[in-house]
Amino acid sequence: MISLADQFLVLVLLINFISLGTSRLIFSIRAVAVQGVILGILPGLIHSFSWHVLAITIVIIAVKGVVIPQLLGRAVRTAEIKREVEPFLGYVPTLLLGAVFTAFSFGFAGSLPMLPEHQNYIFVPASIATLMTGFLVLTTRRKAISQVIGYLILENGIFIFGLLLAEAMPVMVEAGALLDLLVGTFVMGIVINQISREFSSLDTSLLTSLKEE
Amino acid sequence: MFAALIILPLIGAGVTWLIPFDRMRPKALALFACGHMGLVIRMLIHTPPESPGGWFHLDALGKVVLLSTSTIFLACAVYSMGYLYYRRERSNRLLCMWLLICLSAASLVTITHHLGLMWVALETTTISMAPLIYFNRNARSIEATWKYLLICSVGVALALIGLYFLAYATVVAKVEPSLLLDDLVRAAGKLSSGWVHAAFVFLLVGFGTKMGLAPLHTWKPDAYGEAPGLVGALLSGGLVNLAFLALVRVYQLCIATKEITFFQNALVVMGLFSMILAAIFMARQADFKRMLAYSSVEHVGIMAVALGLGGTAIFGALFHLLANSLTKGVLFLSSGNIHRSYNSKSTDHVRGAMRRLPWSGGLFLAGFLAITGSPPFAPFISEFTIISSSFIQGRMAVGAVFLISLSIIFIGMALTVLPMVMGEAPPNSETTSYRETIGTVGPPLALMLLVLMLGVWIPAPLMNLLREAAAQLEVR
Repeated sequence: MISLADQFLVLVLLINFISLGTSRLIFSIRAVAVQGVILGILPGLIHSFSWHVLAITIVIIAVKGVVIPQLLGRAVRTAEIKREVEPFLGYVPTLLLGAVFTAFSFGFAGSLPMLPEHQNYIFVPASIATLMTGFLVLTTRRKAISQVIGYLILENGIFIFGLLLAEAMPVMVEAGALLDLLVGTFVMGIVINQISREFSSLDTSLLTSLKEE
Repeated sequence: MFAALIILPLIGAGVTWLIPFDRMRPKALALFACGHMGLVIRMLIHTPPESPGGWFHLDALGKVVLLSTSTIFLACAVYSMGYLYYRRERSNRLLCMWLLICLSAASLVTITHHLGLMWVALETTTISMAPLIYFNRNARSIEATWKYLLICSVGVALALIGLYFLAYATVVAKVEPSLLLDDLVRAAGKLSSGWVHAAFVFLLVGFGTKMGLAPLHTWKPDAYGEAPGLVGALLSGGLVNLAFLALVRVYQLCIATKEITFFQNALVVMGLFSMILAAIFMARQADFKRMLAYSSVEHVGIMAVALGLGGTAIFGALFHLLANSLTKGVLFLSSGNIHRSYNSKSTDHVRGAMRRLPWSGGLFLAGFLAITGSPPFAPFISEFTIISSSFIQGRMAVGAVFLISLSIIFIGMALTVLPMVMGEAPPNSETTSYRETIGTVGPPLALMLLVLMLGVWIPAPLMNLLREAAAQLEVR
């Protein structure tokens, strides 16, 4: 089973690069949804069956794979935007940076002590690389939707790490974290709609009236 | 007891949601704030025992933050009765509801010893403030809300991965996996230093963002500038303290894991940087609410430096937490009144506030003197304690930078505040329907009297509480 989990994690890393390289927002949202579904499958692969693990799987797939992508998709349709235009940093440089960050994550994770049963997985580097990808998307894109996607990828990175702890962490904290994520994305969705109403676009580079003169 | 503290504000949120009249809601808000304050006082006197399992435990540190949060919230709730009368143009349903949800989450942060639960509550306070910053519904407030929401959510998310690192450190060390503070402190010696170190860095960045320490403060001037005065008071006097409490919990862990020197140095550097940055941006600030935001950056900096210095400065940090939150309440509430009266927050338009609004103008001036550390107000005592502690410990450079920043900030702030309150109002200035009433002047006045009282006399029970809390942070 080890290799299967790792293959899924490699897929997660590939999706990171897809979201760094694409300009089509709907495509980006779908990629993140697939990433969410993979995150839902992973706990079943590394832990033996229990109701707790099953509950996590169902909740993660429902929230990350269905609810949040639908929320974002609706925002994209109402605002009638299809593409991310003119990111602050081009697609090729962000892809290269993404590759550098991924390599760095593997180096960083190698220096930390692991449990013997986790030794063969790439959970930690995949988690940190995904986290950094999210951060990269967040800081280099102009559209509010892309920034939310970046935030989601960042959260996915955190979740991958959380999977190592699925048995150690009480359900309540996981549920709370998921709920916060859902509410946070929901509030961001509302804000996005307000931005598009106020500025007739979702371009956050228009949000520059507040600064020091 | 613990459950009541959390559930009471939630019931209040439900009630305010159901009330159909705008006029009634602030009254309900104030009523529930009074109830919360009553509960808090009861809990301070008869401290409930630790809950089974150790998830809920109200220790001295939690008490200090809970007391300050409840006080500033009560002041804001009473103020809202007078203030929202002037904001009848929009519904206050969301405002009242989210304020009470925030109060509930804030109380949870102070009473829990489970770091995961504390994280959830802290994130809830972040989200609950977003609709409040957006209260004015214009292009500027949406920009502020977006920046606030995005930067703070990312910050708190980074704190979460820090917590996960900590939890994994317990797994690797083969101790019972747990995120309970007391368990972690007990197991501290066995935890692998690589994971713990990485965890502390993420936690510092995460909670530092939420607290607004430079260079992670960029959301602060926008959010404070665009939010209504009472929301600004809650952000700078309440939420900042919650993030500080989260950092203090990490600090407690650092003491146990012997990583404390690294963490202390990072706090001192970030704190001093915040103060210097505030000093630079405070000068010639044309928007008085943004000026207050930089003042908040300065004061979280002061608390961080004090925490980093350790020793007697810890007492100063905790006392400053109280003093800063009360004084920020005075400043933001009275600046809200001035904003209403002139319908502008630019210092070009706001002149001669003392003549037009003798009470609010006077309170703003007194608040300015207090926050810049003039005797006989409370922040003077705390800042003096911190500075003397830094010199006693032989940290001359820290003390010197601290003092220089304070004096530059005093001059910079005076250049903005004095023309605002003194002199004549410009002849072409807008006249509004705002008149000073007991409802809008009473709460900041009460807070100001508290600031004055704490400056000359600290009641014995409070003194004992602060001493007990400071003892929890002694480095052995």
